[in-house]
Amino acid sequence: MATVAAVIASTHHPFYYRASTSTGADRPPFADEWVAKIEAFRQTLTRAEPDVLVMVGSDHFHQLWLDNMPQFLVGKAPVFDANWYNEEREFGLPRMRLAGEEDLAAYLLREGLDAGFDLAFSNELRIDHSVTCPIITLRPQADLPVVPVYTNIFAPPMPRPERFVQLGRAIRGMVESWPADKRVAIIGTGHLSLELGGPRQFGPHGPDAEFDRKAVAWIANGDVDGCLAEVTLDSLHAPGNATHGFMDFMLMMGAAGDGVKADYVDTLDLFHTMEAYFTWYPEGTADPS
Amino acid sequence: MSKYLLNKFLYTVDRDPELVERYRADPAGTVAWWEREMANTVLNCTAGERSTWLAFTETERQALREHDHVTLFSLGAHPFLTLTLFIAMFERDHGPLEYQLAYAQAMNHITLPYPDIAT
Repeated sequence: MATVAAVIASTHHPFYYRASTSTGADRPPFADEWVAKIEAFRQTLTRAEPDVLVMVGSDHFHQLWLDNMPQFLVGKAPVFDANWYNEEREFGLPRMRLAGEEDLAAYLLREGLDAGFDLAFSNELRIDHSVTCPIITLRPQADLPVVPVYTNIFAPPMPRPERFVQLGRAIRGMVESWPADKRVAIIGTGHLSLELGGPRQFGPHGPDAEFDRKAVAWIANGDVDGCLAEVTLDSLHAPGNATHGFMDFMLMMGAAGDGVKADYVDTLDLFHTMEAYFTWYPEGTADPS
Repeated sequence: MSKYLLNKFLYTVDRDPELVERYRADPAGTVAWWEREMANTVLNCTAGERSTWLAFTETERQALREHDHVTLFSLGAHPFLTLTLFIAMFERDHGPLEYQLAYAQAMNHITLPYPDIAT
């Protein structure tokens, strides 16, 4: 059986690549601190020695569109090209190419369908920055095969937060029962409070510091019940109009396990949105050295 | 009201570098052409398999013609699509973050709950 080597949840900030590679006058004042935090976070994945990455993210109206919108989708293909023209244009992201792990993708689809999750699939998926940002931050050599899992946090009607938690638990269980001698890291990215295209966007901090404080505590403590008691599809409008991306963090809380504290927690208060980084080691090998 | 069609305009223009420039330079002409030629294109189908029923309201047409992101927001267009396309068109005319902050400032009178974006 496969081993879950790490569960990692993170924000995905499309400006990190440009901030971290810029020099001279173009380099923002917060870049050095941000890079230091990302490099420390990267070590938490490196230390887990993964063979395969399950990557939970959300397409931002790139390939998935309102004429045919899946709620949850697994990419099953030998190769995933990545990043799109408008991500090069706005964020300076590079075009990328990742190998797929088709056997695990097929396993997640079969087992997921049998467990009551009507997962959609794609055999030709061009992935976007929700998956490539964590590759850039956590595994910049992009040398491991991936299974992308896309969720709809973007186009209502969306599944409720409970469903994200349930799918996270299911993914954890399915990876653990995958009959392969592989070490799998389950990585998912979302947002804390975030506003896009509304009056609260691009402020000096995230739009709702109180929500962010509570959210970080829920995730760090594995407080699934506390989180579900407060977070609904309706409540997520209040912290910022793009805060439904927090449901991908909730999926990852499901994958990490109810009540399981994160072994690594870090945050960075940036303009526009707060960054947050979490790692769990299900094997208990939280060796900080 | 046709939130879906507003979003389809923003989506199909944003993903095409030539259309981004055309919409920036000639919004009225681009909106008229797009509604005539593209509005009823089913994106994943061949050209012959067109829809027959999609059209803008005059309010929507005018908001698109006038590059009016505040009205697009009030009509329930998807804020991510509007923001992304408008940054592509207008950020270049401003200093760092200046356009994004002005975009927000123009919406300062808008309070929760925001317009429903469900399609």
